[in-house]
Amino acid sequence: MSKLGIIINGIIKENPTFVLLLGMCPTLGTTSSAINGMSMGLATMAVLICSNFVISCVKGLIPDKVHIPCYIVIIAGFVTVVQLLIKAYAPAVDETLGLFIPLIVVNCIVLGRAESFAAKNGPLDSACDGIGIGLGFTLALTLLGLCRELLGAGTAFNQPVYPEQFGALTFVLAPGAFITLAYLSALFNKFIKK
Amino acid sequence: MAKLENSLKNMVLSLTVITVVVGALLGYVASVTEEPIAKAAEAKQQSAIVSVVPVEGAVVGEAQNVTTENGKPAVVFPVTKDGKLVGTAVQAVSKNGFGGDIVVMFGFDPEGVIMGYSVLDCSNETPGLGAKMPDWFQKGAKGDVIGKNPAKNNITVSKDGGEVDAITAATISSRAFCDAIAQAYGVLPKNAPEAETSATKQAEAVADSVSECVNEVAAK
Amino acid sequence: MEYIILIITAIFVNNIVLAQFLGICPFLGVSKKVDTAGWMGMAVLFVMLIATLVTYPIYYGILVPYNLKFMQTIVYILVIAALVQTVEIILKKTMPALYSALGVFLPLITTNCTILGVAINVINFEYNLGQSTVYAIATALGFTLAMVLFAGIREQTAITKTPKGMDGTPIALLTAGLLAMAFMGFSGVDKGLSAALGL
Repeated sequence: MSKLGIIINGIIKENPTFVLLLGMCPTLGTTSSAINGMSMGLATMAVLICSNFVISCVKGLIPDKVHIPCYIVIIAGFVTVVQLLIKAYAPAVDETLGLFIPLIVVNCIVLGRAESFAAKNGPLDSACDGIGIGLGFTLALTLLGLCRELLGAGTAFNQPVYPEQFGALTFVLAPGAFITLAYLSALFNKFIKK
Repeated sequence: MAKLENSLKNMVLSLTVITVVVGALLGYVASVTEEPIAKAAEAKQQSAIVSVVPVEGAVVGEAQNVTTENGKPAVVFPVTKDGKLVGTAVQAVSKNGFGGDIVVMFGFDPEGVIMGYSVLDCSNETPGLGAKMPDWFQKGAKGDVIGKNPAKNNITVSKDGGEVDAITAATISSRAFCDAIAQAYGVLPKNAPEAETSATKQAEAVADSVSECVNEVAAK
Repeated sequence: MEYIILIITAIFVNNIVLAQFLGICPFLGVSKKVDTAGWMGMAVLFVMLIATLVTYPIYYGILVPYNLKFMQTIVYILVIAALVQTVEIILKKTMPALYSALGVFLPLITTNCTILGVAINVINFEYNLGQSTVYAIATALGFTLAMVLFAGIREQTAITKTPKGMDGTPIALLTAGLLAMAFMGFSGVDKGLSAALGL
């Protein structure tokens, strides 16, 4: 598969949110607005690219029986790096995402891709897979955030679209996360996943 | 590449090496980012002070750490211009937010009139409701508290008989905000005696809904 | 009294699944039957309590004094992984009956973000050891409650005809959304209670 093919595969055919249904916690928890969803997606993507690349480089040096703990340590390392960088250079993002940044460690997408892709392919291909899956995740989160923001607060990327009073606040709150994702994945089922 | 075999030595070795390498890397990143993180926090506090005491050319004095009535830490920053006190910024915490603590920086002029406020943390309030706090109480907005003096005005939500319009459907967050004002006002230095009594009255009014501090105040 | 409020908040008001969106994977994955959902909840309770009790002293005993706070995530996840393995081995040897009930869920729990989330939360909230213990238990109970309720509804939706696109996950998510809406009714209860109890 070409590098571009790997990336596109991650965005559509193996879209982590709508097809693989992985990483649901941040998907629901951080998408109260498009911007929040996008920041979470990008943070995850950064971890995914680095961990995929490094794991693919060192996979030959790790005995089979301890490969999961080793992968987790590597992933946790990158998560902490990302967390520290966000804290230092984008403190506002740190406040909105909060607990969900350290929880990237237990996001099944990251470990899942390490296991199913990086452990079997070369470093560059793995990095591309990280980009693809990361983009797929970011797009899904941004879309979900956009829908919730638009329906709930009447804004898109913080730009007012219609008066706030007409918005259904539920969509910004917890139930709206589940309901919006339910309809989005139903639509995805119907039109894209044949 | 051939996989290493699963001998105990190899397993322990590889896991240890990886942990040490990752740990060292993290130590490095942590030491590099330590300064920017501290700076970011300080910059946020400084810009909050400047925005709540909007006097041009003012100098922020040395911070004083105090404890407010509800047992939470607060910080008082005197703001001076040409050696004269033009205002005081107080960073106070209310425990009564909808989902936990809220942290607000208030600016008071020397008479105790609220000059401005800046919400530093309301991340536990409900988005779209209590989280409107940073804009709701600003000048010209619905719940305007700017220009009010806790010594003269009754700064509680209208539901409790006060003068502040609560955020629609977020009375608890609004009460917490008023509580934060009372907490901040309570530690304002050099309170004139009569201001002290009205501050106590104030606290009692807030306490109707908040009830915790009331016992302490009444005991006094 | 403070503990009662803490418990009610963690179970109902800030339900870990329906209000904080942690542990969604097992919530959607292991909730087809009420029985399994209940046992999963018990397994989480067990591990969450131990994990919190173990990580708490590690944080304040080792990471803080040696200025290693940035190692929190790595240390926690390794401790939790090791802990789950140990619990599994001990249960297998000493309590085979309990193991046969909980065993299948234990490996899943390592990547259950509720465990790591609660362990980090008790640090962020600056709880003391007593509060942390109560918080961990109450959160796990809240998780179990959500799981069991959800599984009960799913048993019903499974035998109901749904539009084709909605089959499977979408209808489950929709159900969860309605359940979350019901739980929103609890919001503010904690404040009312603490006012009524004079706290």
